[in-house]
Amino acid sequence: MTIATLSRRTLLQAGGTLLASTALPTFAIAQGAGNRLIVAADSEPKNLNPAIVASNGVFFSASKVVEPLAEASFDGKDGLAPRLATSWEGSADGKSVTFKLREGVKWHDGKPFTSADVAYSALNIWKPLQNLGRLVFANLEAVDTPDATTAVFKFSKPTPLQLIRNALPVVSSVVPKHLYEGTDIATNPANVKLVGTGPFKLTEYKPGEYYRLTRNADYWGKGEPKLDEIIFRVLPDRAGAGAALEAEEIQLAAFSAVPLTDLARISKVPGIKVISKGYEALTYQLVVEINHRRKELADVKVRQAIAHAIDKKFVVDTIFLGYAAASTGPVPKNAPEFYDASVPTYAFDTAKANALLDEAGYKKGANGTRFSLKLRPAPYFNETKQFGDYLRQALAAVGIDAQLINADSAAHQKAVYTDHDFDLAIGPPVFRGDPAISTTILVRSGIPAGVPFSNQGGYENKELDGIIAKAAETVDTAARTELYKQFQKIVATDLPLINVAEWGFITVARDTVQNVSNNPRWAVSNWSDTALKS
Amino acid sequence: MNRAIRLIRRRAISSIPVLLIVIVLTFLLLESASGDAVDAYLLSIGGGDATVAQSLRQAYGLDQSMLARLWLYFSSLVTFDLGWSVAFGRPVLDLIFERLPNTLLLMGSATALSFGFGSALGILAGAKPESIRDRVLSTGSLILYAIPSFWLGLVLSIVFAVQLRWLPTSGIETIASGKAGFARALDIAKHLVLPVGALALIYMALFLRVMRSGMAEAWALDFVLFARSKGLSRSRIVLRHVARNALLPLVTMLGLQSAAMLGGSVVIESIFAIPGFGRLAQEAVSGRDAPLLMGIIVVSAVLVICVNLLVDLVYAALDPRVGASEPNT
Repeated sequence: MTIATLSRRTLLQAGGTLLASTALPTFAIAQGAGNRLIVAADSEPKNLNPAIVASNGVFFSASKVVEPLAEASFDGKDGLAPRLATSWEGSADGKSVTFKLREGVKWHDGKPFTSADVAYSALNIWKPLQNLGRLVFANLEAVDTPDATTAVFKFSKPTPLQLIRNALPVVSSVVPKHLYEGTDIATNPANVKLVGTGPFKLTEYKPGEYYRLTRNADYWGKGEPKLDEIIFRVLPDRAGAGAALEAEEIQLAAFSAVPLTDLARISKVPGIKVISKGYEALTYQLVVEINHRRKELADVKVRQAIAHAIDKKFVVDTIFLGYAAASTGPVPKNAPEFYDASVPTYAFDTAKANALLDEAGYKKGANGTRFSLKLRPAPYFNETKQFGDYLRQALAAVGIDAQLINADSAAHQKAVYTDHDFDLAIGPPVFRGDPAISTTILVRSGIPAGVPFSNQGGYENKELDGIIAKAAETVDTAARTELYKQFQKIVATDLPLINVAEWGFITVARDTVQNVSNNPRWAVSNWSDTALKS
Repeated sequence: MNRAIRLIRRRAISSIPVLLIVIVLTFLLLESASGDAVDAYLLSIGGGDATVAQSLRQAYGLDQSMLARLWLYFSSLVTFDLGWSVAFGRPVLDLIFERLPNTLLLMGSATALSFGFGSALGILAGAKPESIRDRVLSTGSLILYAIPSFWLGLVLSIVFAVQLRWLPTSGIETIASGKAGFARALDIAKHLVLPVGALALIYMALFLRVMRSGMAEAWALDFVLFARSKGLSRSRIVLRHVARNALLPLVTMLGLQSAAMLGGSVVIESIFAIPGFGRLAQEAVSGRDAPLLMGIIVVSAVLVICVNLLVDLVYAALDPRVGASEPNT
């Protein structure tokens, strides 16, 4: 022990002297380091191209480099702020949408950005290759480019402008045609060495260590970006981000990289702020997925009983430590455009749950249990695992014996979404601004096995399917919204799945970081106005 | 010298079946885990439809039978081609050579430190078994050995990096610092103090205990009695007779521990965000990346075999009995 201390001290002393002697050349290289934001990152996606992979893990770093047509906004028209598009307008028949594009925008390699890039991205990447774009642009037939700043999307079937608008921030990342045309898009080197129009250029990637984003001096935003550099530092250990923040090695950790249980403590550290805003358009939902192939679970009374057995307030207060809200149905409160509060709700009531189960004909046996279930909590979040433990106890209280099966991510994925080897599963689906993007798929029938985050519980409701199909081609915004209100009512009544809670993530930042969380997708937006106060 | 060459040849031949078994078992183990690379990938991107999954499985070769894939792997392995990592989209060999130096640095320094201090303290303790000094050292080592490495790593990090701010919390070097040459080496050394300390302290306890018990046993042996009756000085007896004999099991331990250390570095590398081998292995398993995991296992196995060979050579040098009676093949 003593020897370790000694070497540490000598090292530090020697280090200090040496650093001082080499300080000059070092600082010449790391110029502007004073205006460098260092952020914790927990994953290194192999494909960084947000036009192909529309996921938060990719957007987190890539959204600063490659921009969408529009970004989500707290106060903008339609909840959007213009980015590469300055306006959008749909035709009355819903078969075309016209985008006016920003003028004078340049790619990071100096070539001009034009409508040809948008047309290429839409037809060759978003529609055929992108995980979410396949759905939103399923009926996209052509993109006309009458001039360099106009792109007209033509659809073969009426496609609601409301859906397109809501999807824009997620599905419309534009990549340069001149680097992709004529190449194998999936293996194009630009998928890793991104070239975009954003406020930052991706200048360095050291696997396992960091991504370096450098200020784009030619950015179209006036006086932006405010930062010289953003470094995404890979910190795989959850305790690591908090420690690095406290030691001032990083200045920001988003996506709850600092675990909820550490927040109370770290919020008391001087110079550190805890922010729960800025994830309104990335709401995650805590959902009990139900396998309707199980005879007991096919009975709506049993599903209602399970809903009554769950104390949502306890889940929010104890598992999420208050950083969540109880759910009423499949659309979260953060989506006021669609949210309908007037749906059947299921108050925590063990007696009622017991009565419903008795009524359904599942009386308690001699050992106090009615039947056994296989319960698989998704391992992706601490909270989904913890809710698994809670649900087991809650079900035991009404005489249902749930056997927990914990597996790692890939195994859970296969068991639930391909093999259907579950009775109840706990999943964290995401609400992506419009129910048609990734919410209706959770209850719609006819989805082949193997599609993750979809209805794999064998639930089938013709009426619900009809509403979903109708909404998909209803162009009128008010009528479409009304259909989704009906959708919520049916889901909350028939309970194909049980929505328990909804949550956004937490950002923890040093006080010096400014303009944090100023839009509903802040962590995955371009950070052009983010600044550091020295 | 002849002895050494014979040993190396024998070991090289016998390691081939070991490697084969390791590869097949790893393959089967990963195969028996539910879910494949496509499941893991789709999860990481938040889902995708059935046609994506289908085309990805084709691209990764996962639509072929298990035997066909194993055969493919072996046939490329004989040309020293470790294949293509599906989770990273890069050649396995590149990934391994990128990460291996960090792990070797971590493991090497931790092994050297723990062996050095462990045996030195073991000699101190074993020089006079049952003395106060021995009791203190033995108890201390027992406590150290009982501490899980991840806990020790976190505590060291909280105390020395977060509170005292003497050392960096994590990483292998200051990111994007532009340091070069000696300044960079020093920077890396600074970053390694805590992870190496966490890893070394625990293994040090192990070496201390083995050394100490070996010495305690040796004291009772006839040749020590003889040395004492000959009137040799106590320090000479301790170092030349007792310690040297007690060193043999320690060297054996060193070989065994090199494998354990490779495993232990997984935890330490995650805590201290060191882009090393252990973390790569963890990512390979969670990504169900068979080629990468097998590449890692093969390289690790080769590494362990090499270390053990070295240990045997050292053993032979320390103990003239080893290998002397082997037939001349």
